[in-house]
Amino acid sequence: MSIKGEAYIAGAYEHPTRKAVDKSLAQLHAEVAKGALEDAGLTKDDVDGYFCAGDAPGLGALSMADYMGLKLRHMDTSETGGSSYLLHVGHAAQAIKAGKCKIALVTLAGRPRADGMAIGTKPRSYGSDSPDVAFEFPFSPAIVNMYAMCAHRHMHEYGTTSEQLAWIKVAASHHAQHNPDAMLQNVVTVEDVVTSPVIADPLHRLDCCVISDGGGALVVVAPEIADQIKRPKVKLLGAGEAPKHQMGGRIDLTYSAAVHSGPIAFEEAGVTPADIKYASIYDSFTISVLIQLEDLGFCAKGEGGKFVADGNLISGTGKLPFNTDGGGLCNNHPGNRGGMTKVIEAVRQLRGEAHPAVQVPNCDLALAHGTGGSLGTRHAGATLIMERV
Amino acid sequence: MAETRTIAAPHVELETQEYWDALKDGKLLLKKCRSCNASHHYPRSTCPHCGSSDTFFEETNGKGTIYSYSVMRRVPDPYAIAYVTLDGTDVTMMTNIINCDLNGLSIGQAVRFVSVETETAGTFVPMFEPA
Repeated sequence: MSIKGEAYIAGAYEHPTRKAVDKSLAQLHAEVAKGALEDAGLTKDDVDGYFCAGDAPGLGALSMADYMGLKLRHMDTSETGGSSYLLHVGHAAQAIKAGKCKIALVTLAGRPRADGMAIGTKPRSYGSDSPDVAFEFPFSPAIVNMYAMCAHRHMHEYGTTSEQLAWIKVAASHHAQHNPDAMLQNVVTVEDVVTSPVIADPLHRLDCCVISDGGGALVVVAPEIADQIKRPKVKLLGAGEAPKHQMGGRIDLTYSAAVHSGPIAFEEAGVTPADIKYASIYDSFTISVLIQLEDLGFCAKGEGGKFVADGNLISGTGKLPFNTDGGGLCNNHPGNRGGMTKVIEAVRQLRGEAHPAVQVPNCDLALAHGTGGSLGTRHAGATLIMERV
Repeated sequence: MAETRTIAAPHVELETQEYWDALKDGKLLLKKCRSCNASHHYPRSTCPHCGSSDTFFEETNGKGTIYSYSVMRRVPDPYAIAYVTLDGTDVTMMTNIINCDLNGLSIGQAVRFVSVETETAGTFVPMFEPA
């Protein structure tokens, strides 16, 4: 069974807040849900499928269905961290194809800033019964030093440089200057990035994404519903998902789960990386982008440094415009989960509704890719390929 | 005096009790499988390579090589996290590099195991120092 052409993204909404001390987590989920449904010209009474992840409060989809008053016949709280929402789009398409629902809502919300998470250097634990924790947490793995180890190894094997990584931030900042909601709107240079303080070597402060509150939502619908909606049509062509873990200690930090999820999505869509006009790439750190671009086949393994350099990711000048909202690096990384905003900006590009300064001309084919968990330990990759029709 | 980093005590399950007990005696164990002969880490009762439950612990010689590392700088007490590949195996494990110049570490550097007491007296974790 293929999901190619079996579902459309009819609604997309990014919450404008970046600091939500005045709102509850459930409230944020409900606000983004309303925003995406209004974008599609639908109401909550139209929704019959609902998807959310571990960021949702309580019992996930059950608690939020209760809060929002949803009447559902399909729900799914699959959790793979920041890539969850890309999986959810694929799962929603499968459910629609199987006749389990027709109008699926996907929500993400988080408020790490309101909850006092000011920095990303604190070690994270997923609970003592997670089997890896006893063998990792005592060594103080934070998010940033785990990604830093990926960067170090990539530099060691392929000669990737801090200056090449910096170009990824530079490109994101060129886009963010046009986004009035972006947390960081100043254009930065390679020198700005490599002279910013080292957080966990070799990663600098400007190699890291922002920490923000907020969220976003998507509405995925059956083809017959999409036909009735007065919005540009964004058709789902392919979806791939896969975990990458340590295989019992056979660790290789130079690649990500995108080597698995990418080919699945491309094969289903029947297109190649060369066909893609715009790409949303998960950007928790600059190194995340570089490794995923290689793994998705936009360049050869080890060539990512050269590929991203000299503005190749900047819309209007580069060959592969990426993250034209400013991405997680400059715009928004709500709830420390960047997957939702990746899909939303791809939808904007396909609709021709990105900011005019960064809109890709004739953008009819886009990719969005997410990584959830940690590139340095275990994570899940999810790839979506979408077409404007 | 900078605030010293706390080494969190591991949550010990019966499944891995032997591993933690050995660290008290200054020994680093590695889990192996009698069915497929492969080693793995973190230790499990079921081999992640072949699925057999015929697994056992074997003592390592404690020698390793830095696969990758990063020094966390923006904390009161900077420290080096690392992945170390155990010599003669295909197993790489997360650890800290200690008793070292934090500016003098490199990928490929030879290191040796040292058992380090955690915040809970009598509970140890495996770290490495330059060989």
